[in-house]
Amino acid sequence: MSVNIAIIRFPGSNCEFDIEEAIGKLGANAHIVWHQEHDLSGFDGVIIPGGFAHGDYLRCGAIARFSPVMDAVTRLARSGGPVLGICNGFQVLTEAGLLPGALMRNAGLRFVCETVEVEVTSNHSPLTSQVALGTRLRLPVNHGEGNFTCDEATLAEIESGGQVVLRYVDNPNGSLNDIAGISNREGNVVGLMPHPERAFDLVVGSDDGVPLLASFVRFVEEHVASHVAVGRA
Amino acid sequence: MNFDVSVLVRGVEGIADPEGRTIERALGVLGFPGASAVRVGKIINFSLAADDLASARSEVVEMCDRLLANPVIERYDITINTAPAS
Repeated sequence: MSVNIAIIRFPGSNCEFDIEEAIGKLGANAHIVWHQEHDLSGFDGVIIPGGFAHGDYLRCGAIARFSPVMDAVTRLARSGGPVLGICNGFQVLTEAGLLPGALMRNAGLRFVCETVEVEVTSNHSPLTSQVALGTRLRLPVNHGEGNFTCDEATLAEIESGGQVVLRYVDNPNGSLNDIAGISNREGNVVGLMPHPERAFDLVVGSDDGVPLLASFVRFVEEHVASHVAVGRA
Repeated sequence: MNFDVSVLVRGVEGIADPEGRTIERALGVLGFPGASAVRVGKIINFSLAADDLASARSEVVEMCDRLLANPVIERYDITINTAPAS
């Protein structure tokens, strides 16, 4: 049975179709869900795609976190459900407090739009649980506010807890400790600035996003299987 | 009562401010080498109807904590004045 993954669309989202196609090709059911929805029952995992939700007004993700659907996303995340935020989705998850830290303006104020190399540095996330440590992937980045920051105590905690799941090989935005992606302490919520869904086929230059998204789908399947098993016990 | 509210949101000390640093460099190039510690913030102005100054203030504090500022990277200062009677 295929798992059901909700892809949240805000006014201003623009990567929902890419991720929908990628998730569909990996054998899961992808459904685009409007941000005014209150109910995510029937969904096994959530993806918040990239874009400029609510115009990125005030701060990136600041308005989106109060969209009605975010209560349901938070409930799913708190109950151990897999949640992935890509680019703007990562910003939404930090604003919502589901991931630590914040993403601020790139160093040098440069909007970066290029393909960068990242290294998998932890398996403690849905995105990387199936990918070998040390794997290097070439993924596109496309953002003005991807400069990850947090206070020293938080940095020590996420570093020692294996929550830094992806690091830039050559830091494009000034991000603290070259951080490109992090997970929450529990390891079920993950966010990253690069776009794995835009590196899904050699026709677009790279298919290095496949192992990450395949890992996410597999994580959702295993999450569902473990819950079914618990339910039957 | 009506109040005029002004919230100044700024980056917390110790966190890099790439915008401020860029402006500082530009000021130097422009012939103002004395300008330093440039920080960029934003001001959010609005009118607020509340029973009294104390309740207006507590409402604005909650607005700041929940939406107007991100405590991870920003701090805020609140100014509240009684709006002139119209």
